Amino acid sequence: MFSLERWQEVFETISKNKLRTFLTGVSVASGIFILIILLGVSVGMQNGIEEQFERDASNIINIYPGETSLEYKGLNPGRRIQFTNEDYELALSNKEEVERKSSLYRIWNGLVSYKKEFGSYRVEGVLPDYQFLENASIIEGRFINQSDLENYEKHIVIGNRVKKDLFKDASPIGEYISLSGLNFKVVGVFTDPGGDREEARVYIPLRTAQVVYGAGNNIRSMGFTLPKVDDYEQALTESKEFTAKIERQLKAKLLVNPLDTSGIFISNNIENTKEIYQLISAMKIFFWFVGIATLLAGIIGVSNIMLIIVKERTKEIGIRKALGAKPMSIVGMVLHESVFVTAFSGIVGLILALALLEFIGPMVDLDFMVNPSVNFNIALTTVVILIVAGAIAGFFPAWRGARIKPIEALRDE
Amino acid sequence: MIEIKDLHKSYKVGKNALHVLKGINFSVKEGELVSIMGSSGSGKSTLLNILGILDEADEGTYHLDGVPIKNLNERIAANYRNKFLGFIFQSFNLINYKSALDNVALPLYYQGISRGERNDRAMSYLEKVGLAEWATHKPNELSGGQKQRVAIARALASHPKVLLADELTGALDTKTSYEIMDLVQKINDEGKTILVVTHEEDIAQMTKRIVHLKDGVIINDEKVEQVRAIENV
Repeated sequence: MFSLERWQEVFETISKNKLRTFLTGVSVASGIFILIILLGVSVGMQNGIEEQFERDASNIINIYPGETSLEYKGLNPGRRIQFTNEDYELALSNKEEVERKSSLYRIWNGLVSYKKEFGSYRVEGVLPDYQFLENASIIEGRFINQSDLENYEKHIVIGNRVKKDLFKDASPIGEYISLSGLNFKVVGVFTDPGGDREEARVYIPLRTAQVVYGAGNNIRSMGFTLPKVDDYEQALTESKEFTAKIERQLKAKLLVNPLDTSGIFISNNIENTKEIYQLISAMKIFFWFVGIATLLAGIIGVSNIMLIIVKERTKEIGIRKALGAKPMSIVGMVLHESVFVTAFSGIVGLILALALLEFIGPMVDLDFMVNPSVNFNIALTTVVILIVAGAIAGFFPAWRGARIKPIEALRDE
Repeated sequence: MIEIKDLHKSYKVGKNALHVLKGINFSVKEGELVSIMGSSGSGKSTLLNILGILDEADEGTYHLDGVPIKNLNERIAANYRNKFLGFIFQSFNLINYKSALDNVALPLYYQGISRGERNDRAMSYLEKVGLAEWATHKPNELSGGQKQRVAIARALASHPKVLLADELTGALDTKTSYEIMDLVQKINDEGKTILVVTHEEDIAQMTKRIVHLKDGVIINDEKVEQVRAIENV
């Protein structure tokens, strides 16, 4: 099938039918090109939407204390609930299910100053995992770590907004800033997809915050995430079971009526992200549909061209058969040529599209389009599918060519 | 070389069967140069197609070099065509994107002969028909006579037992026709068996035997005094 002689014959035919080969190649290459660009745009839009909606971790569960509304065990309604470190530890007794966890102590307006610049920002005492709950990423330095916590370090991680306000373009790492009259060493700068509002914050170690602000054991809230599950419904069920369990435990410990809806608030982000999940999956379906339709059009195009090629070569095939070409050698000739042309131009289209995405992709940063790119394996798979499908679709024209009767082919003068 | 007994062939035209060959008995010995004459519709092309294993008879037997030609599948038919027969057509039927040399070498490709040897042999046949200098030219750069010479070289390239020529001078002027016939006669002189289908009397007179076909039967089969084409050029 793939003898050297056949290759020579194929190359000879190709090189002597440049226009035909070129047109076939262009149609295949442009098909693949469009498909890859489309897949890239799909990924870009997905990135864009995720960035728009995911200010915090998509599956974060936050628990806040409230004010009781029902009397319970002789306690009057209207009682303020206060969380402490022990409550957090209690919630953590379900540890094996939790992926990220942090408790939090917050001051709404902390005065922060550096040299002559100052501003009022939200100050949060947190644990190391808090970075992931907030979906914050570090631009410089590091986040609060376990050793900061254990040693009551006066270390501070500032938001990008704070950095711009106080330091302009200079690097703040290692500098000391004043927070509520105490000097804190800046160890990191973070950015948050929540934008300016969430970047106008500073984070310090929880225990440091509790000491500095005289909060003792008190915490303001706690947050958790569960390990990510692909299936939305499963994720929802698991997180509901988890929150119900914690609610029961906390209510029992803090003497809150089990029926009370305002003593303890649990906000489960996963319920809010249902729309995003649905939007992204709808979009994926749409782009797959368009992609498969494009691929199908490409395959039909290839087999169409091959049908025309066989038709155009009817006489030539008749001559070859009169000279002793066997049917299988005709099938082999047509298939070999078409598979070679499809594969070659498919890969050219693939490389062009990948190059375009590689160069243009990182520059694209619109509201709903971020870094369009494509998984190389997916791209390669589509090329393989196109070649295989093209060969299968091309087999019928080839077979038709092999069935051509030499007399009829040679008669049409 | 060719043995045909009681050959029948009919085609379906709509609901009617068109009986084209009605019992042909005919034999050709090695080294003969035979012309088959007849008006259009006499069945001469059908007979040639059957002789060329391009078509199959309904009834009767056909032996080519002692081999029965009957119920062949496409693969074996292709093999026999390649081994036994060389075709020369009125419209030359060269592959127009291949050079003269590649056209001549094509039957050898289907015999599985290596490229180098193929080209050597093709070149020797092009020399034989006087077109060695035109080896790299494509058919559209050649005159009608030259194209037919290439076609003859191609027909000879596979060392066939029999050459079958269908109106080989039909597309050529008289002078060129005679030059081609001269070449055909020379090839015959070397011992090759050749069948020529024609409706031109002067061409037929240049063969050694004329078979007249009318309405699907042979009405006359006679040896003639061969006119040498070279004398009329």
